[in-house]
Amino acid sequence: MQRTTEVESRSRTPAAGAPSLGRFLTALLGLIATLAVLWLGFVFLRSGSAPQLVVALVALAWGVGGVALLFTTANMLVESLGITWQRRIQPYVFVGPAALLLAAFLTIPALLTFYQSLFGARSNEFVGLANYAAVFTDRLMRQAFRNNLLWLLIGTSACVVLGLLIAVLADRSKFETIAKSIIFMPMAISFVGAGIIFKFIYAYAPPGEPQIGLLNAIVTALGGEPVAWLTSNQPWNNLWLILVVIWMYTGFGMVVFSAALKGVPDDILEAARVDGATEIQIFFQIIIPYIMGTIITVATTVAIFTLKIFDVVMVMTGGQYGTEVVATQFYRQFFSSRNFGYGAAIAIVLFIAVLPVMFYNLRQLRKQEGF
Amino acid sequence: MATLAQPSVARPRAASARRQRLINGLLVNGSLALLCVLWLIPTIGLLVSSFRPRDDILASGWWTVLPHRTYVTVDQIDLGRGTPLDQPIQLPQLGATVTDEQLRAGYVLPDGRKLVWDNRRQRLIGVQERQLVVGSNFTLANYREVLGSAGMGQAFITTLVVAIPSTVIPILIAAFAAHSFAWMRYPGRRLLFAMVVALLVVPLQVALIPILRAYTALNINGTYLAMWLAHTGFGLPLATYLLYNYISQLPRDIMESAYIDGASNFTIFTRLILPLSVPALASFAIFQFLWVWNDYLVALIFLGGNPYARVLTMRLADLAGSRGQDWHLLTAGAFISMIVPLIVFFSLQRYFVRGLLAGSVKG
Repeated sequence: MQRTTEVESRSRTPAAGAPSLGRFLTALLGLIATLAVLWLGFVFLRSGSAPQLVVALVALAWGVGGVALLFTTANMLVESLGITWQRRIQPYVFVGPAALLLAAFLTIPALLTFYQSLFGARSNEFVGLANYAAVFTDRLMRQAFRNNLLWLLIGTSACVVLGLLIAVLADRSKFETIAKSIIFMPMAISFVGAGIIFKFIYAYAPPGEPQIGLLNAIVTALGGEPVAWLTSNQPWNNLWLILVVIWMYTGFGMVVFSAALKGVPDDILEAARVDGATEIQIFFQIIIPYIMGTIITVATTVAIFTLKIFDVVMVMTGGQYGTEVVATQFYRQFFSSRNFGYGAAIAIVLFIAVLPVMFYNLRQLRKQEGF
Repeated sequence: MATLAQPSVARPRAASARRQRLINGLLVNGSLALLCVLWLIPTIGLLVSSFRPRDDILASGWWTVLPHRTYVTVDQIDLGRGTPLDQPIQLPQLGATVTDEQLRAGYVLPDGRKLVWDNRRQRLIGVQERQLVVGSNFTLANYREVLGSAGMGQAFITTLVVAIPSTVIPILIAAFAAHSFAWMRYPGRRLLFAMVVALLVVPLQVALIPILRAYTALNINGTYLAMWLAHTGFGLPLATYLLYNYISQLPRDIMESAYIDGASNFTIFTRLILPLSVPALASFAIFQFLWVWNDYLVALIFLGGNPYARVLTMRLADLAGSRGQDWHLLTAGAFISMIVPLIVFFSLQRYFVRGLLAGSVKG
């Protein structure tokens, strides 16, 4: 079996290397046909008149098959050009689609957004940095910044501390797998779904009526007055929203920490124990320094998530009652108020906030071999 | 002396060490169990509520389906219409005298039974006793309503059609790119890879506005294609980065021997690299699938204008906004939107975790 494949592939070698007009034309024809089929499928999908299930099936075949077909035919075309040109062009066939998409969907739009942020509400008059000045002085934006800061500090530290605590506990327990699954499970739930779950927990009914929200039921059972958690006591009602994300992201921290904890060498721990260190000393003086890199990774990841937080706030309060955050302000300014320049400026402020993480990533990359 | 004293010291020390270990074990498992219960309660509450009839949800908390002690009416006393309420009411059969006010609040007799108005106008007093009760009133009506008239069924299919290509397309494109970064040498390679790494953390908010403009110009706003392309673009940095990390670790000599045998780069990629990368491909696929399935912002912006293509998260957010008090619909709807992610999560957990571990810097 092995022998035949070898012979087969050897006999193919000359053909693969030599340029041939016939192969070139076939490949070109294939590429054109692929593009034509894709275009027809696109027109069919855009018209959207067929029953949903038919559209769905065509869309699936078209979307998934189309990309594979494009790669195959484009590569056939390159391989028909002869070995020298193939060597030169083939890498770009491989990396090209990704590079084009990244440029089209992230790099260029980010630059355009920055450009737009220098213009007024209708994008026709140049206003310089006036939008940025407005972003930092507007009352709602200041509220949004303050709330995002709350999210950043409380959300990130809670996820890191709780995640680490649970990882350490689970590491010493016999029920590690099941406990980790339970804590990790909310990661699979959408922010919108989680928002509704917690809206139900925070549900409020006036005093005297039955409380269907768990939190108010506990409060009233202890003799307290029911509290409208999400609307009263601003800005601390933000904490109840942050709790949702803590519920969702502690599992992420836990999984990553758990893997890092297993990487701490046993002989170091054993040596410390022999020297008479207590478990708490071991934790703070050996384990924490050892996994510091992981702690930074988890903290930055959760921090980026909290900076961009949108869905939870949108679903639970809609940004009212003093819970506005930067991303909801962005959405509202741009899509509801049609205040284009201002909305773009908010997006760029968000971008500036993650720049340090970006530079950190690039510096790490430079340290790696090969790049 | 010393040899004699040693055992007598060592034995209590061993015992106390054992006790210490036991206490430690209890502490660890106890606090872990407590945390797990806290973590599970929200989801369980949702699941239980989604099966309760509408009126039950509004009348009592979901935890009342658990066995609990509560007052249950066991007897009724008819005072007769027209009994005056402005003076104490004699109840000779119970040997008690109560006032209207006490009955309205609920009056507890010395033997533990409770008297309360069943119907004040018809002068009916209920006699209640504390009993152990289990709520068992479950229904599928919420799901039927939410899947039918609330449009969740249709949204479910829409979400699938958005999510599957949005998962497969970026993987395919990213795998090709990752292979070129790992095994091919060409001008511009470093720069392109630096772009991938830099874009890992870029918030997608900065890209939404120009993309929306471009979509409007191309007349593809509100179509599936618009969603696939957007999710592909936003998912590509992480996909490429993760797959590069995996593919560049594959043993070099396999590829070299294949190359010597005359296999082209494309053949090596499709016949060798792809099959060998299945674990990495799978873990990213789960990650991206869950991300797309749970996405709300991208759908809201690119599908917001199309009433026929609404994904689950949009439907759910609509429900929460317009019918925020319809808990029977909200809970059932939320659970429908969670079913697929939870199935994916529990069946493919191991791969999912691997994907997270490799890519803990997603933007």
